[in-house]
Amino acid sequence: MKIIALAGNPNVGKSTVFNSLTGLHQHTGNWPGKTVSNASGTFSYNKKNYKIYDLPGTYSLVSHSEEEEVARDFICFAKYDFVIVVCDAVCLERNLNLVLQTLEITNKVIVCVNLMDEANKKKIKIDLDKLSNILGVPVVGTSARNKNGINSLLEQLENPSFNNINIKYPDEIEKKILFLTDYIKDKVKDLNPRWVAINLINYNDSLYKKITEYIGINLLEDEIIQNNILECQNFNLVDKLVTKAEEIAEEVVSYDDKNYKEKDLKIDKITTSKLFGIPLMIIMLMVIFWLTIKGANYPSNLLFNFFNFLENYILKFFNFLHLPSFLIELLVSGVYKVLTWVVAVMLPPMAIFFPLFTLLEDLGYLPRIAFNLDKMFKKCQACGKQALTMCMGFGCNAVGVSGARIIDSPRERLIAILTNVFVPCNGRFPTMITIITIFFVGINGSSLYSVVLLTGFILLGFLLTFLVSYILSKTILKGVPSSFTLELPPYRKPQICKVIIRSIFDRTLFVLGRAVVVAIPAGLIIWFLANLTINDISLLNHIATFLDPFGKLIGMDGVILIAFILGFPANEIVIPIMLMSYMATGTLVDYENLESLKNILIINGWTIKTAICVLFFSLCHYPCSTTCLTIKKETGSFKWTLLAVIIPTLIGIMLCFLINYISNFI
Amino acid sequence: MYLSDMNVGDKAVVKKLIAEENIKRRLSDIGLINGTQVECVLKSPFNDPMAYLIRGAIIAIRKNDCDKIEVEMI
Repeated sequence: MKIIALAGNPNVGKSTVFNSLTGLHQHTGNWPGKTVSNASGTFSYNKKNYKIYDLPGTYSLVSHSEEEEVARDFICFAKYDFVIVVCDAVCLERNLNLVLQTLEITNKVIVCVNLMDEANKKKIKIDLDKLSNILGVPVVGTSARNKNGINSLLEQLENPSFNNINIKYPDEIEKKILFLTDYIKDKVKDLNPRWVAINLINYNDSLYKKITEYIGINLLEDEIIQNNILECQNFNLVDKLVTKAEEIAEEVVSYDDKNYKEKDLKIDKITTSKLFGIPLMIIMLMVIFWLTIKGANYPSNLLFNFFNFLENYILKFFNFLHLPSFLIELLVSGVYKVLTWVVAVMLPPMAIFFPLFTLLEDLGYLPRIAFNLDKMFKKCQACGKQALTMCMGFGCNAVGVSGARIIDSPRERLIAILTNVFVPCNGRFPTMITIITIFFVGINGSSLYSVVLLTGFILLGFLLTFLVSYILSKTILKGVPSSFTLELPPYRKPQICKVIIRSIFDRTLFVLGRAVVVAIPAGLIIWFLANLTINDISLLNHIATFLDPFGKLIGMDGVILIAFILGFPANEIVIPIMLMSYMATGTLVDYENLESLKNILIINGWTIKTAICVLFFSLCHYPCSTTCLTIKKETGSFKWTLLAVIIPTLIGIMLCFLINYISNFI
Repeated sequence: MYLSDMNVGDKAVVKKLIAEENIKRRLSDIGLINGTQVECVLKSPFNDPMAYLIRGAIIAIRKNDCDKIEVEMI
């Protein structure tokens, strides 16, 4: 089996090329930093098998951030048969920089000039044959989105011809490189000695450490090497590659329309303007929520009716089987009800929100949000790219946390990780929508009002993010903001049908699946707690009574706290658990829709204050178990994980306490 | 003058990078070195960062980094 690495600048469509080669569905999005870890897949062509690794995007092999390090380590030190370097045809010149850097490591490079369709549209012409001649390696033009050129790429994999020419540096440096190459060639294992020599001259700390680790010798301890390097200290090898890329681009690229950027810039002038930039962002958020709330209502009720209808038949079926009545109770009241609740309440909003959000992502709007908000992050001594991780957090906080790898500075990355939970994820905002709808808007009330309230809560989450980031920067994560460069990619027309299908199958069903898996044991636990009695009072009652004083102190009750605790593996099940507990402890009411849910809650002592506190606590409490595990993995530290739990929980408790306290005076 | 002094629509050539080594690297990765032509294209709502057209790509850079990039208008 041949091993292929897929490298390239951020946001040039590597994942799209990967998908069209493997038939897999690695998620893609129009913003730099979408892929943060290696994804791999296999495919076969003409009876040959290939394994391909989709590396995170990187501008250069001198890494700056975690995700770039993943890519660099692979290209520099892993075993593979060839590297496909994917380039953006629209800005080939800058992409060539990485091609040239890769060519210094290995000559087994295939250059894939992607987004040819975009270039065509912008009247940019690229002479691929000439480029191939200059570089000495195969060059293929593709438009991976429409699968154009993928076949030629596959053909190239069969028997590529590599005879690349080394980039010549000015004579005196070249002499040194040649000398060092020869001098170290027996010491560097299977690394390319010329590349090691170049990197000795062009010293970079983290890369040098990796090289030393790999070959097991500290080359710089050698005096001959030391002396030779000292003599070429004032020469910048990186600049040489940039100018070389410029020369090559000048030869192979021609522009028929010099003003090809104008159209994008016209849109950007509005989306990033002083007047419209921020309001437009909020309006877009509100439109998405409005569509989600409005659209979810009807299918939600439909699902409720369907599940209730089904329940009768399941009961009949179980009775027909003569199952013992406690087992029927357990399966129907325990498992089935929680499960169907999760599906009925969670599925519709997710199935609407995920595709809408993916559309925005594919369009290329997210980097503009980061651009607009960067100043505020800078004020908090944080990084503007944190805005991107927050956007990811809307989908899933765990994804937001691992996405924080796009942030270069470890300090700023930690801030982004610790505050991501203040963005309500998809598992939480259906809960928030439900409570807002039944308590503040009325079941038949205007959904516009719900949207305004929900957006208000989300903005409050933003505010908390800024506040906590600021406090962290001033206390345990002291430091000044690091440098920041962010590419604003061209807008691209999203492939609407594909986005809808993929985001429902890959994201919605995945997240829902996780919730369902958690709902079953949680339903069982609640059922057992409700049915095992000590002194004639159920265990559930005991626990609820025990937690009640604390719950009351922060405007809620013991049952709600139980629900939040059991919701640790998945926030989706908080409301169903709450409901089940109420029904097991108090009056048994059958629930069919939101109306009956409201009745159950009110019978159990809920007031507007309770609803407000639950909303605040949904926004601010410990991250779910998956997110906690991800934080542990990303930070490698138990301490930071603990802090990520404590900070939001403490804030949530304080806010709820305050609301409860103040409400006593009203 | 410096990159941070440019207004939207201005074009200039980079003369000197006074930034520290790792920022310089970052900038050279995206193709910004001595002699590179840049055009200021966007201003964010709070005036910082600004976005520049550099070798066919639009790149946002913060003001205090731009303060370390000397340019000459063309």
